[in-house]
Amino acid sequence: MDRRKFLGIAAGASALAIAGSALPKVIGGGSEGGTEPSSAVRWAMVIDPSKCLKKDGCTACMDACDKIHNIPDFHDPKHEVKWIWKEPFENAFPEQENKFTAEKFKDKPFILLCNHCDNPPCVRVCPTQATWKREDGIVMMDWHRCIGCRYCMAACPYGSRSFNWLDPRTHIERMDPGFPTRTKGVVEKCTLCEERIARGEKPACVEACPEKAMVFGNLSDPKSEARQLLQERYSIRRKPELGTQPEVYYLID
Amino acid sequence: MRDKGLIFGGLGIFLVAVTFPVWYNVAAGTTNKGPEPKLPAAEKQCVAPTETMRTSHMDMLITWRDQVVRQNRREYKAFNGATYEMRLTGTCLKCHDNKAEFCDRCHNYAGVQPYCWECHVDPAHLQRSGG
Repeated sequence: MDRRKFLGIAAGASALAIAGSALPKVIGGGSEGGTEPSSAVRWAMVIDPSKCLKKDGCTACMDACDKIHNIPDFHDPKHEVKWIWKEPFENAFPEQENKFTAEKFKDKPFILLCNHCDNPPCVRVCPTQATWKREDGIVMMDWHRCIGCRYCMAACPYGSRSFNWLDPRTHIERMDPGFPTRTKGVVEKCTLCEERIARGEKPACVEACPEKAMVFGNLSDPKSEARQLLQERYSIRRKPELGTQPEVYYLID
Repeated sequence: MRDKGLIFGGLGIFLVAVTFPVWYNVAAGTTNKGPEPKLPAAEKQCVAPTETMRTSHMDMLITWRDQVVRQNRREYKAFNGATYEMRLTGTCLKCHDNKAEFCDRCHNYAGVQPYCWECHVDPAHLQRSGG
């Protein structure tokens, strides 16, 4: 073998090796696709809007959340702080773009909350790691560390994050000493009641719902109620085309 | 010794002037006593020995905070084998139920203003203000 031939073979082999190691990553596309969750616990929420809409004007879940998390009410939409809220179907699912929406959902309020995405854009942009994804899937916040830059609010495509423009303390109807308030200049959002989950309880909204329209569960467990529901019925998620892999499912059949 | 009066008079004024801070503090009732935080009557054992708590409670609270918020670890194994939940309001304030007479007394004396209470709620204060 002469020198020229050897170099040619060597170059070809290394090119093949590089392509072989890089290609699966490109094709696999990271966290895309409905693969099995990788951790032992993957908390998620399954919401049945048909059950939720049974009781007109019900705000039980929102009230329960506001109460236990000391969420302020500034009586001003510009300063609104929300962890769980309602939005008409068309606004919650703009990508559906249906000319005719089923009558049962047309302009009807859907319950929205932080989607605790598998691929959370808010976490990627936070400069202080004040928000991060826990192993069990909860997109958690450390209010001690938040500097109020609001990058996460710009990154979140669901409007799940609120900023305290004013001191929230003076705008809390009944303060619950069991949970800290936030302070001016801090972003806040739903934490899926991680403090309750740690005690083995369900999130407050799930517990408060009189119609049992919200099901909280572990998607890593094939026998969990949430997983069973998703297998039996047809569900949609908010803005899945963005690749954030939201983990709040809406049963629409 | 013609200037006897002048000399001893001047010395007297000098002594009074030099010792003025002492007289002043005696008159104002100032003492060199440290702060006296009021300890809980019912509970005798804290999560660590008194000396450790006195010097390092702030470090412990920061460690607790990071473990609970960032690592989702909530149980604290104390030096004597007891287990406590790592909570400021739920655990610390359960025994030290009077923040004004415990936390604040030392903090005011030392001139430190920890910002814990900008978010964390003192249940006793809440009751008094009727909130």
